[in-house]
Amino acid sequence: MVRVLKLELRGITKRFGSLLANDHINLVVEPGQIHCLLGENGAGKSTLMNVLYGLYEPSEGEILIDDKPVSFRGPGDAMAAGIGMVHQHFMLVPVFTVAENVALGAEPTKAARFLDLDATRSRIKEISDQYGFDVDPDALVEDLPVGVQQRVEIIKALVRNANVLILDEPTAVLTPQETDELLDIMRQLKASGTSIVFISHKLREVKEVSDTITVIRRGKVVGTADPAASTTDLASMMVGRAVSLVLDKAPARPQEKTFEVRDLTVIAPNGQHVVDGLSLDISRGEILAVAGVQGNGQTELTEAILGLQERVSGSVRLDGKELVGRSVKEVLDAGVGFVPEDRKVDGLVGTFSVAENLVLDLYDKPPFAKGISMSPAKIMENAKARIGEFDVRTPSAAAAAGTLSGGNQQKLVMARELSRPLRLFIASQPTRGVDVGSIEFLHRRIVAERDQGTPVMIVSTELDEVMELADRIAVLYKGKLVGVVPAGTSRDVLGLMMAGIPPEEHSHSPQAGQAAGRTTINTSDAEGGDHA
Amino acid sequence: MSTTVSSSKPGKPQPGGKGPDTRAAAVSAKPVTWKTPVLLTAFGLVALVFFGLLAPTQTASFGISTGSDFFQLPAVEVNAFAGGLVLSILLLGLSGYAVYLKTKDRHVPGWLTVAFIVLFTAAFLIWVVGGARTPSISLAGLIAGSVTLAVPLVFGSLSGVLCERVGVVNIAIEGQLLGGAFTAAIVASVTQNPLIGLLAAAVAGAVVSMVLALFSIKYLVNQIIVGVVLNVLVSGVTGFLFSTVMQEDSDRFNSPPGLDAIEIPVLSGIPIIGPILFRQSLVGYLMYIAVLVVWVGLFKTRWGLRVRAVGEHPQAADTLGINVNATRFWNVTLGGAVAGIGGSFFTLVAIDSFTKEISGGRGFIALAALIFGRWNPIGAFFAALLFGFADNLQSIVTIIGTPVPSQFMAMLPYLVTVLAVAGLVGKSRGPAASGIPYVKG
Repeated sequence: MVRVLKLELRGITKRFGSLLANDHINLVVEPGQIHCLLGENGAGKSTLMNVLYGLYEPSEGEILIDDKPVSFRGPGDAMAAGIGMVHQHFMLVPVFTVAENVALGAEPTKAARFLDLDATRSRIKEISDQYGFDVDPDALVEDLPVGVQQRVEIIKALVRNANVLILDEPTAVLTPQETDELLDIMRQLKASGTSIVFISHKLREVKEVSDTITVIRRGKVVGTADPAASTTDLASMMVGRAVSLVLDKAPARPQEKTFEVRDLTVIAPNGQHVVDGLSLDISRGEILAVAGVQGNGQTELTEAILGLQERVSGSVRLDGKELVGRSVKEVLDAGVGFVPEDRKVDGLVGTFSVAENLVLDLYDKPPFAKGISMSPAKIMENAKARIGEFDVRTPSAAAAAGTLSGGNQQKLVMARELSRPLRLFIASQPTRGVDVGSIEFLHRRIVAERDQGTPVMIVSTELDEVMELADRIAVLYKGKLVGVVPAGTSRDVLGLMMAGIPPEEHSHSPQAGQAAGRTTINTSDAEGGDHA
Repeated sequence: MSTTVSSSKPGKPQPGGKGPDTRAAAVSAKPVTWKTPVLLTAFGLVALVFFGLLAPTQTASFGISTGSDFFQLPAVEVNAFAGGLVLSILLLGLSGYAVYLKTKDRHVPGWLTVAFIVLFTAAFLIWVVGGARTPSISLAGLIAGSVTLAVPLVFGSLSGVLCERVGVVNIAIEGQLLGGAFTAAIVASVTQNPLIGLLAAAVAGAVVSMVLALFSIKYLVNQIIVGVVLNVLVSGVTGFLFSTVMQEDSDRFNSPPGLDAIEIPVLSGIPIIGPILFRQSLVGYLMYIAVLVVWVGLFKTRWGLRVRAVGEHPQAADTLGINVNATRFWNVTLGGAVAGIGGSFFTLVAIDSFTKEISGGRGFIALAALIFGRWNPIGAFFAALLFGFADNLQSIVTIIGTPVPSQFMAMLPYLVTVLAVAGLVGKSRGPAASGIPYVKG
């Protein structure tokens, strides 16, 4: 199946209305290479790949395969030309088996178009054996772990004899260990002659596996880089200015413990204990980061604290006051600031103006309200101040919040939540889908809030972010606390914890626990006085 | 998020409905609830009190054979009091077992629910017949009549299966049935050929469906609203044409030649089974064929795999080069044609003329059968049979004269529908993308 295939994009331009997503992009993918597309969220990487895969039609430019121009009217054409794609959000039918998913669209058939799934099964076995995938063709996809689902996607491409495999942010949903496995698979694929286009914004992975790096910024190719280039250089190429990747934050000076969660259990509508007997606490002036692979109860934990979940038992105490059973309004009034994980859905009202969004939680209080009327002048004044303070890039305070970019929307939500005196600050995925430049800013603000003496809880699935911000790290797995470990705990240890293995079972890891005197702290009741 | 209830996996809280974690093992951990045991116990007690303790003392007689069978079986005779008592104790035994299972934190198995329904129906029959003025009915007639009444329901629910499996909610089944009935009547009357009428009915159903498809797929109008509007539209148009055209000259426009029952020699003489399987009209035979063809098509062929993929995850289908909206359009059209054939049953088989609102809400019962049958053609077929049975029982029981007011008996089919859809089957999961228009990008 080794068919040498050179892929070239020449002058690809893609417009969505007035938005220029790709601007005359030139790119050559040499056969048998891992070619990385590096760029921030929203730089136009995924758009470019969707053009290449036939999902979007380019506004200008052409695609050449082995120096011959081709045009794709749909993904079917792209696949026929030997291009396969693994999307960021998997394109698998959850209620189908692996074999049905692999067969779909290119079904081997017997007479009269009856399905021949046996043929597909044996193909899956073949590929599985070749790359050591261990995939059961008859398993239902929805029952498979994310890492295995990703392999099913790769099999889907290989079954169609893909010579060029596009991987769109493939590591976003993986634990560190799964990421390493994926990088190995990529190397194997390369060795067997498949070229790979690897889309990522995670510099560590990019440097580890790429042969060539093309950096894209705001829809344009800004240059190519050598994988040996330094992380700082790559980052500044990606962002367009010098960025400091290391957050200089002073060591935490935790004060008294004011936030306590005891035996918190949240039961989902389907009866699952999505948060299961969880206990933790945060001191004033300390950041506790809650790590874990997405979907292990983090969302429900934060929602339970805020009063958004219905079936909650246990206790959540802030400054000695019980929060469980209170309304959201009462919780907010107790001084809780909350940045939800999906800002567009839960964090702001897209059709409201920036100024209105900035007072969503304060509109009924003076100085913004007087009796039953609101005071537009005060709301505008407030908006101008916050926009300046948080560097929200918006045409005006009256612009609809939905028109801002992701990073600016996030700054907007953060500006609102941090604009009043807080007793607890919770931020869920504070920098998801935010450009590197804004990440730096948002992180500084979070640390500043800590330094003012607020207990801070950060929920993040990005291990880099957790390691950067945290003073202590709590890892969740299937709704249970796997353990609380000090900042500086190694990636490997955290990765295993994210897979549900408690720290004491692998506590001999050499790098673990540089920060604290002890290697690990026991599960579920890490004492408040433990921090250095 | 409450709609993801049935996905039921440990440690998979589904934030925002996507991004599954999935380290979770493949264990189905649907919580064991009290619902089924409690419902069963309640019905068991009702059976004990009414069918057992308050039972009439007559002997109920159930005829098994009809005159045309090639051998005769004697009628089954049951003392209503004894029969009711025995059956209701059996029922309580079953519900007791369900309660026991719940205390052991185990699910109530499907066979138990089915057995309960069968026994309860039997007890109910004995009670009703035993209390009637003439305590005797023909069981064979009851069952054969049920199948007959179920024919339009089966076609209607097959139409629903074809549409929902591809991701379009078809509320317009009622309109498709009615359109089919009207067109079959007028075309068969004018051409004096019932086969042409049957064909025209399919076309009429397809046309109604195409309007649904066009508006919901191309113009992204809410599918429920288009469906409801279509029902009203078809009802208005056929009602208008009925009173202006058909009634003016009913000899010419509203006296279609019927499709008579075709008897298959010998086989049609088998007691009970014979009349059901081998003494049907053309539409009846088509029904059996359609159920099988749709089932095989959906689950065994390339077409079916693609259809189901489009209904579950249209984006995934799109990235594999399947044209989502074209697949939807043609499937919905096909569904309409199937429902149209079902509509022709009213005017070509059941009654030899069209009247206003002849479909009488059966399109909605078909919708219920679709859900009760869990979006599966064979499941929908049996669900439709159950509703047909309730319908037929109601009319037979009214004829033999029961102590129960006929109005209550008339409620029976709908009561069964509500109970079936709401309660006993548990939560069933329809196609994930049903009702959601697909917009590229």
